Amino acid sequence: MHNVVFGQYYPSDSVVHRLDARMKLLAVILYIVTVFFVVDYAMYAALFLFVFAVALIAKIPLKVLFRTVRTIVFLVLITSIINLFFTQGDTLWVHWHFIKIYREGVERAIKLALRLILLMLFPSILTLTTTPMELTDALESLMSPLKLLKVPVHAIALIMSIALRMIPILVEETEKIMQAQKARGADFDTGGALKKAKAMIPVLVPLFVGAFRRADELALAMDARCYSSVAKRTKYRVMRFALRDLFASLFCIAVFSLVFLNKYLWPFDEMILSLFGSL
Amino acid sequence: MPIRFDNVTYAYPAEESDLVAVREVSLTIEDGSFVCICGENGSGKSTLAKLMNGLLQPTVGVVTVDGKTTATEEEKELFAIRQKVGMVFQNPDNQMVASIIEDEIAFGPENLGVPREEIGERITYALEAVGMSEHRKHTPYKLSGGQKQRIAIAAVLAMRPEVLVLDESTAMLDPRGRAEVLKVAEDLHRQGITVVLITHFMEEAARADRVVVMKDGRVVMDGAPEEIFRDREAIAKYDLELPVADALAASLVEAGLPLEDKIYGESALAEAICRSK
Amino acid sequence: MSIEIKDLSYVYSPGTPYACTALDKVSLTVDEGDFVGIIGKTGSGKSTFIQHLNALIRLQSGSLKVFGIDLSAKKPDLKKLRGTVGMVMQYPEYQLFDETVEKDVSYGPKNLGLSEEEIKGRVREAIGLVGLDYDEVKDRSPFELSGGQKRRVAIAGVIAMKPRVLVLDEPTAGLDPRGKREILSLVHKLKETSSPTVLIISHDMDAVAEHCNKVALFSKGKIASVGSPREIFYDDALLNETEMDRPAVVRIVKEMEQRGVILPERPVTRAEFVAAVKRWRDA
Repeated sequence: MHNVVFGQYYPSDSVVHRLDARMKLLAVILYIVTVFFVVDYAMYAALFLFVFAVALIAKIPLKVLFRTVRTIVFLVLITSIINLFFTQGDTLWVHWHFIKIYREGVERAIKLALRLILLMLFPSILTLTTTPMELTDALESLMSPLKLLKVPVHAIALIMSIALRMIPILVEETEKIMQAQKARGADFDTGGALKKAKAMIPVLVPLFVGAFRRADELALAMDARCYSSVAKRTKYRVMRFALRDLFASLFCIAVFSLVFLNKYLWPFDEMILSLFGSL
Repeated sequence: MPIRFDNVTYAYPAEESDLVAVREVSLTIEDGSFVCICGENGSGKSTLAKLMNGLLQPTVGVVTVDGKTTATEEEKELFAIRQKVGMVFQNPDNQMVASIIEDEIAFGPENLGVPREEIGERITYALEAVGMSEHRKHTPYKLSGGQKQRIAIAAVLAMRPEVLVLDESTAMLDPRGRAEVLKVAEDLHRQGITVVLITHFMEEAARADRVVVMKDGRVVMDGAPEEIFRDREAIAKYDLELPVADALAASLVEAGLPLEDKIYGESALAEAICRSK
Repeated sequence: MSIEIKDLSYVYSPGTPYACTALDKVSLTVDEGDFVGIIGKTGSGKSTFIQHLNALIRLQSGSLKVFGIDLSAKKPDLKKLRGTVGMVMQYPEYQLFDETVEKDVSYGPKNLGLSEEEIKGRVREAIGLVGLDYDEVKDRSPFELSGGQKRRVAIAGVIAMKPRVLVLDEPTAGLDPRGKREILSLVHKLKETSSPTVLIISHDMDAVAEHCNKVALFSKGKIASVGSPREIFYDDALLNETEMDRPAVVRIVKEMEQRGVILPERPVTRAEFVAAVKRWRDA
């Protein structure tokens, strides 16, 4: 249940945890775009180094960080294998019966796997160091220009905030109801998909009835505390962009720029190889 | 800033139920009083509470707060009433909007447009008033029921109300949680806030300075706790239950002990028994 | 011996930063016919404990036998267990789900795989036992009943499984005084007629003192003490250490002791108190 309140939040006292959530969110978005521009192995290595460095500063054990990769292992394997066997190229490395593996295929498989893993790792650092509440605030703040277009940004943020607050309660309630029905002999674990789905009815009905009851009561409580979707309200929580956020942004931008410099100006792999060649 | 009920009847909208929840009630909640409204489930006590801040509006009759009727469509006027008459509900989990306690308490003042710096001060004051200052940055999720209700009270206090209505706010709590909430209510009453406590626990009613008993939507008894408790016949008739000490006193009198038939607290009962020999 | 628990331990989310020990080597024996009060502060492990009685959470360590069903076995007979131990959860009315009262109450017996006829008979009997009129309520939706009626329908759903052991988690929570009295007398009736062994979690020390013959006091995941209500509620050191309240009767006796009056027996129920006071005065 705890995992729901805090997402995968990994509590620890670090600079990364204290950074402005908006800055972290923007950095992640920028990072995701950047990863698609990575060409050279050297650059992959550099980004891994970057991610590990950030994890180190955030005091997140690599074991915890890599736990998040486990969820996509299957995806990584499938895409790599497909690319390994179905990429055509110039240099044929393996030819066995109908199987042809080209050098380009191997390279593509490796790079895709690396890219997928990189795509998983850095955003995980965001969710490991930022609570869902902070993320909600960050989104509200980043979306606030949309207010000019009459988008009800505050209402959206409030809905997210209430959802965050209610999810653990509903998860707990689901567990309770499942236990109660199990105690009445319900069996949720055996049988085909249809039987399993049918077995969930005695859980889902009370869950929905309960959720509506809660929604009713919450609406009443919000009315009692003068909530209005139209009236002008103030905001207590403000996010501060501190000096450390500036430094962190500059650092990220510097690293990300390397990727683009590599793609368009400096071919690192060739440079390194020629360096070895000249020796 | 009294709350005045003038011949108020409330019937639920026909599509919801054919129930008339409150019938012909006339009642004034005086400034600075501590009023307990009791009665069995379905007696209309909770509906009566929701009529006090315009969450429900009377079908017949008028409810006024500070002389202004609650039967208004004007959001501004309604909010002015709800700011004065704060309300805490039964289920602590179903009245919180935020995942961090200080945000929860800020919600009311934010809605009222209170400036940011002042909200900070109000949070500090409200948390102190309910004795939860050290939890300011925590999530309410892990708190006990009593603590959650104290947070709900703090959230109302931050709106600087004059009346605090506790609508069965102790019903779901364990005895310890009930004692916590009651202590906070008594503290606030001492500081001048009018407290209206809706409950079916008579031990709680004993702490009030006035008890209003409801049955089938009507006010059937209204007086000081001592007067109400003394009327054993009525207590039985309206399905109330005396605090254990008073019930014991009644049994002892029945068993022939020469005790005065009057309200006893636990200490007073012990004292009276000791002196009876 | 109907229930035998030895060295039961349970840890939530083991191996994570949120790991938390809920039960720590708990042992308890319950005999057929016992009315056991399970008390302790919120978070002391009571709920985790009773969940084990019906195998609602997996046994991590220790052993647990319920009427010969060994839960530490590889594949315990869960169906038999759930027909043996009836579990009334907190606010059981929030588990009602079916269109009619009759269908809802028959959910448990159906899961036990009983015959149509048997189910029908049991449902009728259970609805009657909880004090509702079978013909009047059987076709009504459980959602349109009053709060107290809903709770009784939910309890009927459990007793229709004819459990030998009835486990109730705060069965009177949120009820008004009349509702409380009705539910408690219903529990007594069930104990006499169909389920001779009852375990009840309660925060209401007055009710525990009044009804139970055995009390298990939980504190910080352990059973701090097991004994008769008299043994538990007059153990000052124990109650102080575990931060438990006393029943009102015991509080009054203590007040009298402070004034130098010692009652002949140490009463815990109201009837015992009145009798003790009379005997003291007559002496």
